[in-house]
Amino acid sequence: MLIFVVNKIIINRIEYFYHIGRYAEMLGQMFSRPEKFSVYWNKLMEEIYQLGIKSFGIVVLMSAFMGMVIVIQTATAIDSPLIPAYTVGFTTKQSIILEFSPTIISLILAGKVGSNIASELGSMRVTEQIDALEIMGVNSRNFLITPKILGAVLIFPLLIVFSMLFGFLGGWFACVSTELVTVEKYKYGIVAFNNNDMMYLTYALSKTAVFAFIMTSISAYQGYYVKGGSLEVGKASTRAVVYSSVLILLFNYLITQLVLI
Amino acid sequence: MIEVKNIDKSFGEVQILHDINFTFQEGKTNIIIGQSGSGKSVLAKCIVGLHKPENGQILYNGRDLISMGKREKKEIRKEIGMLFQGGALFDSLTVEENVMFPLTMFTKMSKKEMRERVKFCLDRVNILDKNKLFPSEISGGMQKRVAIARAIVMKPKYLFCDEPNSGLDPRTSILIDDLIKDLTEEYKMTTVVITHDMNSVLEIGENIMFIYKGKNHWTGDKESILTTQNKEVTDFVYSSKFMRMYREKIMK
Repeated sequence: MLIFVVNKIIINRIEYFYHIGRYAEMLGQMFSRPEKFSVYWNKLMEEIYQLGIKSFGIVVLMSAFMGMVIVIQTATAIDSPLIPAYTVGFTTKQSIILEFSPTIISLILAGKVGSNIASELGSMRVTEQIDALEIMGVNSRNFLITPKILGAVLIFPLLIVFSMLFGFLGGWFACVSTELVTVEKYKYGIVAFNNNDMMYLTYALSKTAVFAFIMTSISAYQGYYVKGGSLEVGKASTRAVVYSSVLILLFNYLITQLVLI
Repeated sequence: MIEVKNIDKSFGEVQILHDINFTFQEGKTNIIIGQSGSGKSVLAKCIVGLHKPENGQILYNGRDLISMGKREKKEIRKEIGMLFQGGALFDSLTVEENVMFPLTMFTKMSKKEMRERVKFCLDRVNILDKNKLFPSEISGGMQKRVAIARAIVMKPKYLFCDEPNSGLDPRTSILIDDLIKDLTEEYKMTTVVITHDMNSVLEIGENIMFIYKGKNHWTGDKESILTTQNKEVTDFVYSSKFMRMYREKIMK
């Protein structure tokens, strides 16, 4: 029994190294010279639309409601008369810029975009579309995966800027509708104490770009190397979301520790 | 001409192909037949470079695919057209865009020239009226014809067809077989068809290799395959009731 467990652990460790090696190989082959620049440019624009613009609705919706909830929760949690009312605005700004928009929205995008990428590439693999590309002489990793990663890294930070904006607007709406805090106090909380705002914004957008790379490359890896049929494509989509989410959380901690301490 | 010399291929501990030797003749329809799991598709994938064999040579008019560099391999792949079992058409592209894809990637043709070439190819496979539809909107037989059009759009020297008749009714199968044979003669291609369909073998087979348990077990043409005394070949050829009845008739 013990030998069986030890063997299993060793085999699992070896498999981890195998996947890391293959992931690195995939990244290496992705960044070769494209066959035809104009085709790749069109593909990049298409991915920016598919991954970014099509996610705009869900990002706006999530951000607006989260902004409303943050304002209500903060306003009701502050019961000391010594704490000024504009703290609600300040806390909302900090929560949205530092954590909510870059991390939580990235986790939501990992679910939406990650499963989409893994299932798209997985389906292409099991229906031999990737083999067809290879036989034509197209570098399939470069053609299929690179535009997705580049597209996400370019467009997700912009989505996060909109997320922040709509988060603030959601908070403003909560102030108007609940009257827990006046709009003036809320606005003052947002615009005041802005010494570190640019640094925080840079930090938030940089980590969003890192998260975009993680979720698209991990999901692409899971989809690209699918073996079997539609059941395996489904499993690959699930793995893509789970691994991307875990790695986003891990890198969020590492980047935060590196930048903010 | 494609020469396959001493090809061995394994997956893990399991050896799939054992010392395969064969010459696929130029301008002819060469057929690889064998039971499911005998190694036909693995051999085809080795020949087109999707799998790398452990030993042996694959010579395209004397140029060894296995030992050649990346750039040379890329060039040779532009001379290959392949029809996959399921068609392998790109779901997100229309019929016209699918056929145009290799031209867009590898030629400097103008849009107008590309459209004309695509039109010619779609017309050649008799499916021109479906050019604006997506693969999911056309039947399996039509998808195969579009895949053939895509395979020939670059005027390839070599055409590979993996189970071209799988999932098709007998009438459509004959249409596809005839199309492959006609195109082979028209373009003077070296065509390799992987199949286990005896109808295809008898319709278009000019140079046949029978694979049995990963080995080149028998070679011949469509006449000799009906008269050979090789037990494994006769077991395969006459496995259907129709073929057994046919044998009884010719024996009489």
